[in-house]
Amino acid sequence: MEGINAKYVSQKISKTRWRPVSSSSLQQPDIFATGSWDNEDNKISIWSIGENGVSSMDDEFEGDPQLVCEYKHNGDVLDLQFLDQDRIVTASSTGAVIIFRHHHNSQTLSVSKLWERAHHYPCDNAPCTGIVCNSPEIVTVGEDGRIILFRADQEGVLRTIENADSSTIHAVTFLRTTEILTVNSIGQLKLWDFRQQGNEPSQILSLTGDRVPLHCVDRHPNQQHIVATGGQDGMLCIWDVRQGNMPFSLMEAHSAEMWEVHFHPSNPDHLFSCSEDGSLLHWETSSNSDTPSFLQGGRNTSIISRSAIAPAGGNQSLISSWLTGDSSKGRLETTHMLPSQTLSVNSLDVLGQCLSGDLIRRITLLPVLSRMQM
Amino acid sequence: MEEVDVEPTTTPIPGIDSNQKHLGFVWGPGDILVYETIYKVSGGSAGGCPFVHEVRKDEDIYSPILRKLFNESHHIFVGLQRIREDLPSKNKKPQFVSISKNYRSVIRACMEELQQVAVSTQDAALATQYGNQVSILLAVELIWNLCEVLFIDAAPAGSLLLHLLDWVRLHKADVDEKAGEVLASESPAEHQAYWDVVISYVLQGRMDEARQVLVKQAALQPAARAMFKLLDNLLKKMPIFNPGETQTLTEFDVKWRHWREEVDRCLQDQSFASNPHLEIICKILVGDEDVLLEHKELLSTWYHFLVTRLLFSHPTVKSTELHYYAQSSMHMFLDTRSVPEPLDSILLAAFEFDIHQVIKDCSIALNNWWFVGHLTDLLDHCKLLQSHNLHFGSNLREFLLLEYASGLFTHHSLWQLAVDYFDHCPEFGRVYLELQIERVPLDTERKALKVIRICEQRQMPEQVRSICKIMAKKALRNNRLGSALSWSIRAKDAAFATLISERYLQEYCAKGTFSDLDLIDNLGPAMLLSDRLTFLGKYREFHRLYGEKRFSEAAKLLLSLMTAKIAPRSFWMTLLTDALPLLEQKEVIFSADQTHELMFCLEELTSWKSVPNPDRPMQDEDIETTKIELLRLALARNLAMAIVKEGTVEV
Repeated sequence: MEGINAKYVSQKISKTRWRPVSSSSLQQPDIFATGSWDNEDNKISIWSIGENGVSSMDDEFEGDPQLVCEYKHNGDVLDLQFLDQDRIVTASSTGAVIIFRHHHNSQTLSVSKLWERAHHYPCDNAPCTGIVCNSPEIVTVGEDGRIILFRADQEGVLRTIENADSSTIHAVTFLRTTEILTVNSIGQLKLWDFRQQGNEPSQILSLTGDRVPLHCVDRHPNQQHIVATGGQDGMLCIWDVRQGNMPFSLMEAHSAEMWEVHFHPSNPDHLFSCSEDGSLLHWETSSNSDTPSFLQGGRNTSIISRSAIAPAGGNQSLISSWLTGDSSKGRLETTHMLPSQTLSVNSLDVLGQCLSGDLIRRITLLPVLSRMQM
Repeated sequence: MEEVDVEPTTTPIPGIDSNQKHLGFVWGPGDILVYETIYKVSGGSAGGCPFVHEVRKDEDIYSPILRKLFNESHHIFVGLQRIREDLPSKNKKPQFVSISKNYRSVIRACMEELQQVAVSTQDAALATQYGNQVSILLAVELIWNLCEVLFIDAAPAGSLLLHLLDWVRLHKADVDEKAGEVLASESPAEHQAYWDVVISYVLQGRMDEARQVLVKQAALQPAARAMFKLLDNLLKKMPIFNPGETQTLTEFDVKWRHWREEVDRCLQDQSFASNPHLEIICKILVGDEDVLLEHKELLSTWYHFLVTRLLFSHPTVKSTELHYYAQSSMHMFLDTRSVPEPLDSILLAAFEFDIHQVIKDCSIALNNWWFVGHLTDLLDHCKLLQSHNLHFGSNLREFLLLEYASGLFTHHSLWQLAVDYFDHCPEFGRVYLELQIERVPLDTERKALKVIRICEQRQMPEQVRSICKIMAKKALRNNRLGSALSWSIRAKDAAFATLISERYLQEYCAKGTFSDLDLIDNLGPAMLLSDRLTFLGKYREFHRLYGEKRFSEAAKLLLSLMTAKIAPRSFWMTLLTDALPLLEQKEVIFSADQTHELMFCLEELTSWKSVPNPDRPMQDEDIETTKIELLRLALARNLAMAIVKEGTVEV
């Protein structure tokens, strides 16, 4: 496939994230961060694929990522999120939650905040498995079954939900500003409302009987009730959290653990998932032709206008194409984006401008990076 | 015992004087642990050294740059294993050659990166270390390239020499550097290295380049123009075999002999007598060995000498004849006194087509198995190692790959790569993997899941069970009953599930409430793993039914827990106590039959309990008796009500 750019980086990468670009600029993302795992010394690193990074005077072909700076990380990086343009939050296997600051002027990293042993057992560390940020709020989850709410600008812990889960919580996402959704290792989705005081979830959704662990979750960027999860069997589930406690649709995807799933932030008909089996999938639901579409006009312009309008919010009466039923097979297309590989694709991140061709090129770069290149 | 091939080297351990102290050691998969022992028949403990030393055979595996070599070659290795067996060998050869080239380009890339950091580093010790690694990689690439030419490509006569020339040119690239320097100078023809460059080009058979440089000199000496023209013509006309053309080897040979006679004639005519440099070149062209040996500096190695000698004396050499020329070249080139270096003997063995000697010598000379493992694997795919059997292990390929992979497995991060190597060792790979995979340190669940996936893909249920059990134990130690139960369900470990269920029940007895309801309520079919777990799940179901005021269903379930012997006897008292509020309800919940059964259960329990327990304090005994009294009363009342109700005919 065109536009795949691979680089060996001498470390095992567990997570990778694009630095968010300011919504006003039309600039392409060119900076990303990676976190490593299972090395003797783990690191978080900042990479640049633009010209303004490290000198790219020699004939290295365009787009080859250059290391900008790196910093030692205590423990495996289990999750990594950009809080804003220059702050990165990481989840460590030591149970620590760390905020790093990337100084653009000197191109260095430093620790700006550290919550040691945020996740812990009575006499041992518990790995922190997931983070979600809604600046300045940070929510973390861990193997100890705790949910912790931090504020980036405060020292202490804002709120802890002890024993939120009897098993490991693998991932977390915001549904609304006060509501979060967690997935755990016995196949349940739990909805938590921070306005409620108790330690009980406001809703539990699960796949009946199977107890297949869920590893990742992502929310539809515009329609907050639509959620995608991926689990140990590589199955992709689309849920409508408003209705019932069963998934809306189940789709066979990967042959092993799905490590990450993401809707495209500005073009949510596209979804991406990666897995332990070494595959990266691109899912596309094309909106039904008889659905009242606001995208009348030329084919070429449609894609552009859609993504330009979509971030304005789900004010359209359009039913999400993810919930139009999975019975008609023709509507959902999946594409394998990587040549066959034996090693796992641990992480992916989607960020891109409107044109989907370009979008694919951009996305592909990262997963490749995060895979083999140990 | 067999003889050792080379004397083992001694590794001194800092801080321990091995003449005075005694050392003990333990083998590890990659390293050995060494510790000081106190070797005394009697007497107190003399102050021993408190350290345990870790001795590593292979340091290279920890170099961040060489790590790329391991990773990239893993990718090539996996690709090689996927080449289908059933393809005709004719189609496979180009694939094998290209794979061999891929391996070499990875070596080259690493070498270049190492060279860069060696130059840029400030630390002298580090620079030497990088320098050493570069020279090892250089040698490795040199050997690999020769093996590729001789064994994998196995070019026929004619083409063979062309490949050998390429080989020499690639590894003696300093000529171009020097040529660049000469040509960039103000007057190239007067540069002191000028003739060295011309002769080096001729020695490598690069006639066009030699002619280009010669032109500079010719321009300076208009008087000798005819002579330069003549030599230029000879160089230009030198026939080079072209495998692409229709020309046969015999035709080429005839052509070449003609050319050589022509050169010979020029030499007899004394055409170049007035210019010693040109005369030397001419003598080289006829393959004058004495003249060649006078240029040892420029040739620098005996194998360069060999190839040059073949170029001008035996351009149609066959691979089977190589060993003869190789041996004589080596003897002619090296001083009789000097002992050949390991590299020399390895190359010589290659020229002699003694593949096993090459592999053996490389294994001894190099400190890790990367090179021999991958080369042997490739040669084995080319069907070059069939005849040889080891009297240990399975075959040579597998033996070396296993050694290499075991080394990788000891590495903190590279263990994942080793799995694929084990996969492609049909005889012992699986056993190795089974033994190693259980010993991967597991810090996080995610890593555990990755390891389990590796085992599951290879149908290794024992290992899956063992890893799940490790995780379950760990969770239990951290008081995470829910996680522990999930892991033991995954491991299908009934005993452990029973243990955890007991803990839940104890907790219930102590606190009166269940914890981890999200888990227990959703056990599903997993509940059937162990009797105690089934009981836990069912008992919790009873509480749910009771909470939902579905009394008769709850009562039925409670009774069946005892009659079907799902509940452990020790828990019956609790269950009967749970029945009390149901018996005290206004309406009749337990039917007469059910009440009979409950009474039977109670009697069974009391008769079983009648054996006095000396450990129990009297107070407990009293409470127990009161409870039984209460139960009997309630049961009797319920029975009476039930009989009345059942006997009443509704009108």
